[in-house]
Amino acid sequence: MNESVDTDTLSMLKEVMEDDFQLLVSTFLDDAQLRIPQLFEEFNAGDGEMLRQTAHSLKGSSSNLGAVRLSELCFQVEHRAKENQLDGLEDVLYQVKAEFDQVRSILEGL
Amino acid sequence: MLESRALTVLIADDTDSDRLILEAIVKKEGHQVISVDNGIKAVAAYQEHHPDLVLLDALMPVMDGFEAARQIKVLAGEDLVPVIFLTSLADTDSLVKCLEAGGDDFLSKPYSRVILKAKIKAFSRMREMHQMVQLQRDQIAQHNSHLMREQEVAKQIFDKIAHTGSMNAPNVRYSLSPLAIFNGDVIVAAVRPSGSMMVLLGDFTGHGLPAAIGSMPLSSIFYGMVGKGYSMVDILREINQKLKQILPVGVFCCATIVDMNFSKRKIKIWNGGLPDCYIHRLDSGAVDTVRSTHLPLGVLNDANFKDDCEQVEMNPGDRLYLWSDGIIESRNKHGEMFGEERLKQLFENNAQADTVFERILDAVHEYSDGQRDDDLSLIELTMADPGQLPDTRQEYTTSRYGGLQEWSMTLELKTSTLKLFDPLPLLLNILVEVPGLRSHSGTLYTLLAELYSNALEHGVLRLPSSWKTTSEGFERYYQERQKRMDALSAGFIRFDMEHQTQGAGGVLTIRVTDSGDGFEHVKNINNGHRLEAYSGRGIALIRSLSHSLRYLGNGNQVEVTFVWDADD
Repeated sequence: MNESVDTDTLSMLKEVMEDDFQLLVSTFLDDAQLRIPQLFEEFNAGDGEMLRQTAHSLKGSSSNLGAVRLSELCFQVEHRAKENQLDGLEDVLYQVKAEFDQVRSILEGL
Repeated sequence: MLESRALTVLIADDTDSDRLILEAIVKKEGHQVISVDNGIKAVAAYQEHHPDLVLLDALMPVMDGFEAARQIKVLAGEDLVPVIFLTSLADTDSLVKCLEAGGDDFLSKPYSRVILKAKIKAFSRMREMHQMVQLQRDQIAQHNSHLMREQEVAKQIFDKIAHTGSMNAPNVRYSLSPLAIFNGDVIVAAVRPSGSMMVLLGDFTGHGLPAAIGSMPLSSIFYGMVGKGYSMVDILREINQKLKQILPVGVFCCATIVDMNFSKRKIKIWNGGLPDCYIHRLDSGAVDTVRSTHLPLGVLNDANFKDDCEQVEMNPGDRLYLWSDGIIESRNKHGEMFGEERLKQLFENNAQADTVFERILDAVHEYSDGQRDDDLSLIELTMADPGQLPDTRQEYTTSRYGGLQEWSMTLELKTSTLKLFDPLPLLLNILVEVPGLRSHSGTLYTLLAELYSNALEHGVLRLPSSWKTTSEGFERYYQERQKRMDALSAGFIRFDMEHQTQGAGGVLTIRVTDSGDGFEHVKNINNGHRLEAYSGRGIALIRSLSHSLRYLGNGNQVEVTFVWDADD
């Protein structure tokens, strides 16, 4: 594996979730897949507060799945949205999208 | 044991994957999970399931975690329901918001099984301790109210038996806590048939019911015997013996008992273990003390018990103070005792005699900062003229049975009995069995006492009443009385008593015969002349209290009739 997903976290999850591990992965992916387009919409609408909440939520769920880098990127979005520094944030959103694709391919390959 | 107890855990999180992980971890630890995805559902689930622990996401749609926490804490009331916020909130403002909403802790993402397990365990233990404290608090409150109810009932019974009797007489002031009986303090007071007032202040060792229990026999003996005219010494001995018999070792009663004779302006006082009593003189302002010279009641058996009393003259207006050690031992906030010196000072500095009582209470109250007032028992007895006091002699209530109607009896006291026995209480006891005579017990007691002492002293012991006209003679009279009594080898006194009903009342005839020589009575006494020469015999008094008086035979026999009418 690579550094996009923390292996210790994943093995803990496998142990705890047992048969439901696959359900967890697909739940996470379905949820995140909805949220990433939401980030772009909220950014385009200039809605800092909604952007912050969506990023906050995705930050939490990705960290729980061991997606450390995705979580860090979401934190950046959350932080800048809170400070209302939306200039140049579009770049970070693209990084979020790219990192998510990375995480998805890893998780789907498990 | 605590770890193994399965808890019910409420989880509220709107992110499905986060909730799945949390559910799995909590279930893996053996607990039951209720899972919802917003704040409103969380509050509803709390009401329905009463979970032991709540895990709340801070940001949720519909109702956020802050509001849900607030509502759950209100619903929980005084129960401890730990609320743990699920958050990766990094900024201080948000953490403060969680705490203000009633949050007890945080769990940050990514969730760690080890940390969550530790937190659940810690809060579960805290909750159990809280429940135990609540349970114990409720139990203590319940025990306490139970105890108070019991004491209330006990107090009602004690109050009936250990009532304060004649304490409302105008020459008496006293301070006694309503619950004093549970501090072991008891005050009893009654007026004897002779008109003197007997007061006892007792302080039992210990507190609570054990301290209160001894006051019941003490009071019933006191009121029973005082009302029947027994002497102070007899009453003391009886109480002492009874307490010695029934109280466990180490429980006893410090007491002062006083008999105030208003007509002789004298008191007879016995102090066993209580602080010095003070006599505050009206004219000089001086204070005389009466020390405890005896062991408390209930310590010695009857053979070793010392009943010698002190006799003190008191003029009208002189005041006698009795107190339990609660006054002297009152402590201020530094733990220092009020002490005898402070008490004594209240009587000095030209103290107004009629304000001393209040000054003592005020001074102790002020000194102790209002603490421990329950322990203060204080009595002030003022010497008064007999006429100033209302007749508070014990009212005899009508007995269940009808009592004596028409009857006669003869009681002959022979030498050995004359030396040891006071027949007056026995005779009075018989007389008051006639229901209508009960209210005359004072008069009857005086009549019997005069007749008996005449028969004994002038008849049996042949003491001339003329000796009593001078003070030296008076002393000689009493010395001789004792000597002759000790040496007495032959003699008797006979009481012949008869009661006839008459209308709504009756006629009581008392004939007293003694073994003496009699005296020349016929032309002097029976005609009502020259009474002065026989004044020592109290003939004028007997005549004033009775319907008729006559001497018979050679003067060693006297007959008195007492006529009573229930309509009077």
